[in-house]
Amino acid sequence: MIRFILAKLLYLVPTFLGITIIAFGFVRILPGDPVLLMAGERGVSPERHAELSAQLGYDKSLVLQYFDFLGRLMHGDLGNSLVTKKPVLTEFLALFPATVELGLFAIILATVIGVPVGVLAAIKRGSWFDQISMTTALVGFSMPIFWWGLLLIILFSGILGWTPVSGRISLMFFFPNVTGFMLIDSLLSGQKGAFGSAVSHLILPSVVLATIPLAVIARQTRSAMLEVMGEDYVRTARAKGMPPFRVIGIHALRNAMIPVVTTIGLQIGVLMAGAILTETIFSWPGIGKWMIDSISRRDYPVVQSGLLLIAGLVMLVNLAVDLTYGLINPRIRAT
Amino acid sequence: MTETTAPLSDAAIRRQMLVEFWFYFRQNRGAVIGLIVFSLLVAIAVLAPVIAPHDPTSQYRDAFLVPPVWQEGGSAEFLLGTDAVGRDMLSRLIFGAQYSLFIGIVVVAIALIGGVIIGLVAGFFQGWVDNVIMRVMDVILAFPSLLLALVLVAVLGPGLTNAMIAIAIVYQPHFARLTRAAVMGEMKREYVTAARVAGAGNLRLMFRTILPNCLGPLIVQATLSFSSAVLDSAALGFLGMGAQPPSPEWGTMLAEAREFILRAWWVVTFPGLTILISVLAINLMGDGLRDALDPKLKRS
Repeated sequence: MIRFILAKLLYLVPTFLGITIIAFGFVRILPGDPVLLMAGERGVSPERHAELSAQLGYDKSLVLQYFDFLGRLMHGDLGNSLVTKKPVLTEFLALFPATVELGLFAIILATVIGVPVGVLAAIKRGSWFDQISMTTALVGFSMPIFWWGLLLIILFSGILGWTPVSGRISLMFFFPNVTGFMLIDSLLSGQKGAFGSAVSHLILPSVVLATIPLAVIARQTRSAMLEVMGEDYVRTARAKGMPPFRVIGIHALRNAMIPVVTTIGLQIGVLMAGAILTETIFSWPGIGKWMIDSISRRDYPVVQSGLLLIAGLVMLVNLAVDLTYGLINPRIRAT
Repeated sequence: MTETTAPLSDAAIRRQMLVEFWFYFRQNRGAVIGLIVFSLLVAIAVLAPVIAPHDPTSQYRDAFLVPPVWQEGGSAEFLLGTDAVGRDMLSRLIFGAQYSLFIGIVVVAIALIGGVIIGLVAGFFQGWVDNVIMRVMDVILAFPSLLLALVLVAVLGPGLTNAMIAIAIVYQPHFARLTRAAVMGEMKREYVTAARVAGAGNLRLMFRTILPNCLGPLIVQATLSFSSAVLDSAALGFLGMGAQPPSPEWGTMLAEAREFILRAWWVVTFPGLTILISVLAINLMGDGLRDALDPKLKRS
């Protein structure tokens, strides 16, 4: 198992270097002077330009600059935002819990609903439940989630007035930021109604974000179950008189879960892309909105480092998925 | 007594394959519905100048935010109402179909051609060539697709052309991987060795001998990419990074409509609904194609 983990880790090194090259090259291929772009200044005198250039290390050769970039990266220095002047990493860490909270809630929602629906659809193959749930899943899979979010706002915030339109918590509440997770912080604060407000802010965004993963998980679970239920060992278990509940619960479900776990893990990239849209619609102060805002504000140091951090994160999650896969499916480890 | 069967001509074999394909495709009811809706969409896009009641960009100053015809205050002149600057919704939606289909075709064409060539080279030559190519593809795949497309558009400048290029670059590794895997499977087959022994050069082997046998999964992937391209370009338009106003692209229309969501439901509802219906139709077709083209699923 240790060899398996090491091999996987080693495999990531070139990919990560590739990611750093893309993030490093990003500023170079932007139209305009990279020195001015990264310094966020305009119309500077030649002296000031030379000063900035030296300050940012742009007077060195490209290869040296790249190694400088890598060196700073290893020390956790990701540059400063042009707008707020704060270190990019500090901003990222401050906003990250909001995205994690939203993403985690969404993936839990998608799994808790998607897996049972998929299993039931497979067991009752061809029934009305199967047909309706799989048609719904295909609609969900085809959903433009930015529109779906707007529709839900019209219905639940506009017409019914049940949920707030944007943000993470009502402005009435103010409490210290302990964990960055609004649900936990609001409970810790002990203020009456704070937790309820946090939950009501979280519901619509997480439903929107969960839509596509939910559809994918339901479809994947159904097809995995169907495949497993056609296997010989399931037929054997049935033939020897095992109750159907045990056949499905113990023999079929366990093996069907192997590809499903991978699918759930791989949704992290989908979630990140979805977070960009969802956070924009609901003004959710997370990483996705931060990236969009930074792109439109031309805050290039943030875009550069944000890109790097997000890609690195997705890579690590994919590694974790790979390792889990090896853990629950011993056949993979041998190769 | 010996019976000899006459050898089939190439054309006859091809016809036979088409008949068989249609037989399997037709069994999937959803796929047929998807095909019908998609054909309608193509017809609407092609005939847009003829069937649209108004010019998609002309503004009627006396008709701002007119509701659809069936609602109080609606007018028969504007069947689906007008937007905030008095443009006819129906005409804009009809012309929007041109954008979506055009985007889908261009994105899939670029991603498919690029991906197939890269995948063929990697699968055919293997060794270090394959290693280098596949690591580069891994790097592209490490980024969430929409994020990478956004950053690429930021580099290239917002606009429809750049959005299409960015989306195509992001999709291309999927085609490369698929082609590579299929090529590697085919390379071990005897007909490839036979062609090589007969003196076929590398290019002929790659494109004439091997590629036609790898097309099944590529067609399915192309269909899925088509629907994703429609979705992603609409998302870029919605974020202000795709087609720019006043073009009647559905995502861009939604972005313009956002501030009116609580006042005029129709300006938000219809563009999204058309995106959903188009994407759904293409995905239904994709499911049918997969069932018809995937030999593993065929019960012979």
